[in-house]
Amino acid sequence: MAECGASGSGSSGDSLDKSITLPPDEIFRNLENAKRFAIDIGGSLTKLAYYSTVQHKVAKVRSFDYSGKDTEQDHEPPYEISVQEEVTARLHFVKFENTYIEACLDFIKDHLVNTETKVIQATGGGAYKFKDLIEEKLQLKVDKEDVMTCLIKGCNFVLKNIPHEAFVYQKDSDPEFRFQTNHPNIFPYLLVNIGSGVSIVKVETEDRFEWIGGSSIGGGTFWGLGALLTKTKKFDELLQLASRGQHTNVDMLVQDIYGGAHETLGLSGNLIASSFGKSATADQEFSKEDMAKSLLHMISNDIGQLACLYARLHCLDRVYFGGFFIRGHPVTMRTITYSINFFSKGEVQALFLRHEGYLGAIGAFLKGAEQDNPNQYSWGENYAGSSGLMSSSPELCPTQRARSGTFDLLEMDRLERPLVNLPLLLDPSSYVPDTVDLTDDALARKYWLTCFEEALDGVVKRAVASQPGSVDAAERAEKFRQKYWNKLQTLRHQPFAYGTLTVRSLLDTREHCLNEFNFPDPYSKSRPGEASSPRSPGQPVSSINCGSIAGSMVTTSAEQSRGSDEQLVKQKDNGVALKCFQRVVSALDALDWEERQLALVKGLLAGNVFDWGAKAVSDVLESDPQFGFEEAKKKLQERPWLVDSYSKWLQRLKGPPHKCALIFADNSGVDVILGVFPFVRELLSRGTEVILACNSGPALNDVTYSESLIVAERIAAMDPVIHSALREERLLLVQTGSSSPCLDLSRLDKGLAVLVRERGADLVVIEGMGRAVHTNYHAALCCESLKLAVIKNSWLAERLGGQLFSVIFKYEVPAE
Amino acid sequence: TNVEDAVFPWFGLDIGGTLVKLVYFEPKDITAEEEEEEVESLKSIRKYLTSNVAYGSTGIRDVHLELKDLTLCGRKGNLHFIRFPTHDMPAFIQMGRDKNFSSLHTVFCATGGGAYKFEQDFLTIGDLQLCKLDELDCLIKGILYIDSVGFNGRSQCYYFENPADSEKCQKLPFDLKNPYPLLLVNIGSGVSILAVYSKDNYKRVTGTSLGGGTFFGLCCLLTGCTTFEEALEMASRGDSTKVDKLVRDIYGGDYERFGLPGWAVASSFGNMMSKEKREAVSKEDLARATLITITNNIGSIARMCALNENINQVVFVGNFLRINTIAMRLLAYALDYWSKGQLKALFSEHEVSRVISCDMLPSQRACCSCYAGI
Repeated sequence: MAECGASGSGSSGDSLDKSITLPPDEIFRNLENAKRFAIDIGGSLTKLAYYSTVQHKVAKVRSFDYSGKDTEQDHEPPYEISVQEEVTARLHFVKFENTYIEACLDFIKDHLVNTETKVIQATGGGAYKFKDLIEEKLQLKVDKEDVMTCLIKGCNFVLKNIPHEAFVYQKDSDPEFRFQTNHPNIFPYLLVNIGSGVSIVKVETEDRFEWIGGSSIGGGTFWGLGALLTKTKKFDELLQLASRGQHTNVDMLVQDIYGGAHETLGLSGNLIASSFGKSATADQEFSKEDMAKSLLHMISNDIGQLACLYARLHCLDRVYFGGFFIRGHPVTMRTITYSINFFSKGEVQALFLRHEGYLGAIGAFLKGAEQDNPNQYSWGENYAGSSGLMSSSPELCPTQRARSGTFDLLEMDRLERPLVNLPLLLDPSSYVPDTVDLTDDALARKYWLTCFEEALDGVVKRAVASQPGSVDAAERAEKFRQKYWNKLQTLRHQPFAYGTLTVRSLLDTREHCLNEFNFPDPYSKSRPGEASSPRSPGQPVSSINCGSIAGSMVTTSAEQSRGSDEQLVKQKDNGVALKCFQRVVSALDALDWEERQLALVKGLLAGNVFDWGAKAVSDVLESDPQFGFEEAKKKLQERPWLVDSYSKWLQRLKGPPHKCALIFADNSGVDVILGVFPFVRELLSRGTEVILACNSGPALNDVTYSESLIVAERIAAMDPVIHSALREERLLLVQTGSSSPCLDLSRLDKGLAVLVRERGADLVVIEGMGRAVHTNYHAALCCESLKLAVIKNSWLAERLGGQLFSVIFKYEVPAE
Repeated sequence: TNVEDAVFPWFGLDIGGTLVKLVYFEPKDITAEEEEEEVESLKSIRKYLTSNVAYGSTGIRDVHLELKDLTLCGRKGNLHFIRFPTHDMPAFIQMGRDKNFSSLHTVFCATGGGAYKFEQDFLTIGDLQLCKLDELDCLIKGILYIDSVGFNGRSQCYYFENPADSEKCQKLPFDLKNPYPLLLVNIGSGVSILAVYSKDNYKRVTGTSLGGGTFFGLCCLLTGCTTFEEALEMASRGDSTKVDKLVRDIYGGDYERFGLPGWAVASSFGNMMSKEKREAVSKEDLARATLITITNNIGSIARMCALNENINQVVFVGNFLRINTIAMRLLAYALDYWSKGQLKALFSEHEVSRVISCDMLPSQRACCSCYAGI
């Protein structure tokens, strides 16, 4: 009694349209070296999948050869960041209307230069119909794949790899979509696919699933019966009719029978007692809208009821809904959610998927790519190359649809390393990295979107300056600007487009867009005077503030923003800082124990000020480093800090040493060298092992793993404590697996997680606004944790009830 | 408290969303003395009800359902089953007023939603106080009672053997000697599903709005028919496979991956997505498809409830099944097929059974008597 992915064939136009309204090379990207094609042809939409390798520039760090004698030639940076070409793997998914299929196949054939591919995996009801066309056009053998198998493979894949893939529909909230954090264990779940009919599948593991039931009353019933009743031919139009109708004119309600509610049974008077019960009369006309609405309710309620009955029988509480009945239609999500809530009394959750339409294509692709073993990798949604949720929903965004044509894209990058949960999370299933949900918080959303918009000019300039030798840097930077600007505009109108909107996602999106146009590390190089515009004294401050936030999360007041000329390259910054490491350390050593502990913490915090106005501070540093460092400390709020559990921390330090500390470092330069390393050194001296985790790839001026290796090596050369700790592996440098200025503890490098377990880490130190305030501020760990940051954004400071340069020092001990 | 004291006429009224079901107990052991005392209006009511098979343009007495020579609360008599559409309730109340029912001091036992909806009208227009009874109580007690008295010497409960085979299909009596637990599916305008564990222990498991009212309502819209009988008659001549998309229409045969037979309906009305196919179907086909869709769905929900409640006998009652052999056989077949023989669909000769309990069962008579102050 069921039908699977094949969305009803039939009345959608079958005539092929040979013209594509958008330049296809923006749609079928990277076709030149594409391989492993898969296609899912539904009743009206085709989804094409392929695998490509993307050659793009990455920032590589190379250490200079220090043979020990020229360390005094101090104007040279300690290492060099060079941009190199690297090849990474990417998955492309393109969704378009069936009418374009021939034109699209032609385009692919013309551009598929270099491929060893011989077959194309095909699934969906239309795969039969277009088999000959595909074989003829592409000269590939069509390999049919089972619809439901593909659907489930695809579903598992997106649930594992795309954060905020699943969402619930919440009526009357704005926006109506509430995204879910990825559950660490996605199984078991129920997938209810509402195509022409309904299939209910229980998925227990990656490879084990079972069709447990179905219903013939599905999307085809709505469409077919709707067409008969209303003479309206198109599915979308039927839904439109339904959304305008009044079902109470057609349905017999409980109150029509009882005169009110049925109190003993607890049935409200508004409940439908009999669908179409009022239409059992010859002498009344019913409006199309009312009948369509009644039909929609009837079908949604019925599906929801069956889904609940199956969920109950199999003891499952997560039910994902898919199929063309749901796809991109808030109306049906609303009615299905209502029905699930009603019948399960809130025990079952109706979940929807952002990339539901792609499941079949993803699954078919994965089937074909089994020898590449795509499931052993972690993948990440590329925000630059993907259309947002509802990008082509006529209901939600009629103008958007006109703009983006009828093409919808999803791109996923293969991550270099598999990502897993930090084993120290108290409850991985409820962990939410982000502190503020900008989807929810309209005020904050407005503020941050404006910030990122205003910062765009500066980022573009810095991007150009980071590649002085490139002839097309300006052109690419301009494309970057356009792309990111458009993303920001989309997010203004559809904050839910890429899942929960957060400061982190805004930053990540920008990184993706920068990478897209080959600016892997805009901070790696920039010439003074070019990187940021010189500011005249009377210029309004706000835009500059915002600029630096989005650039480096800094902020306010004319005096400080003067320093925000971020012209210092990371290399140089590190070089300068290294020079005064020894002086800072000896000054610390001269202090008595208790004074030293406070000084170390202040050093960590002061270091953290340094992504603000690196230039101003480094100028001072070069002439008198210690003085400069002290200056930065003076900027800090006096104790008691905005959040201040220092006394508790000090008390703890008087106790036995920690076994092993995991430290997430923030900025390159002063921060890591003068702030983090002395702190690390003290921990090591106490007998605590240290795992220092830095980003795998560049983001803003954050220290990367490869930079940290060099910095550590340089420090080890001058400092015996660090030297022996490195040699004896009591100090370990690892990468986070991330290239974000923020920190998602649920997606960390597997090697890091293994090490944390092996060493029995019992202290986590998270430093900086991006990692400890924008994210993880509320993160609950099952060991002691220290979250420190200087609030360098006045808006945020105000929100938190403090002022600029307020200090967050949050020492937490889990409840026994 | 003495039930024998209860005043005639004995009525039970079940006012549903679409149909009103009236049971009337006609005493056949009236003594000369009683006859003497019997007021004129009571006599005329008895005459009117028992000598006619139709009342007005819409009231009908189902003569074939009549239960003869029944002993009820110490009285012997016949039980009559009368039905009329709910939209004629105002006329019925008016008749009660015209015939001066209120002077009889009888208790009007009523159940169903209309007992609430029309209570005020009964009072203000007919000067009649209704004795409202819980419909689920009535339903359970009704089905047990009717099974206990049998059907004029035959069994009240039956099932189908070989329901899918019109040649071999047989309606066979079923002895409901171990009634519990029992899933009771009452298909009226909508559907209520009850799990019954004993006479007094039951719960409403769920319900669906896709019931008899939906079948009839959709048939009216799709075919222009005006009566339930007409809708069923059309359905009996139609072919639903022209309207529905079957598994074999999609997969060319069985869908083995999921063990789905080719004949199973994949999408009800699924073929109607196509304009050509919409133009090629008859009204009869549409009526048939509507009937199959609603019936299959009820079967499916009932089966899931039976599984969840761990009950394996399912009794289907309600007016949707009146003269509706297609639906009953389909329910019997679907339940057997999808449960792999684990579940049995049972039916009752008196789909209207719930009304009986309402004033015929001694316990409730007592309850009504108290209410009426006897």
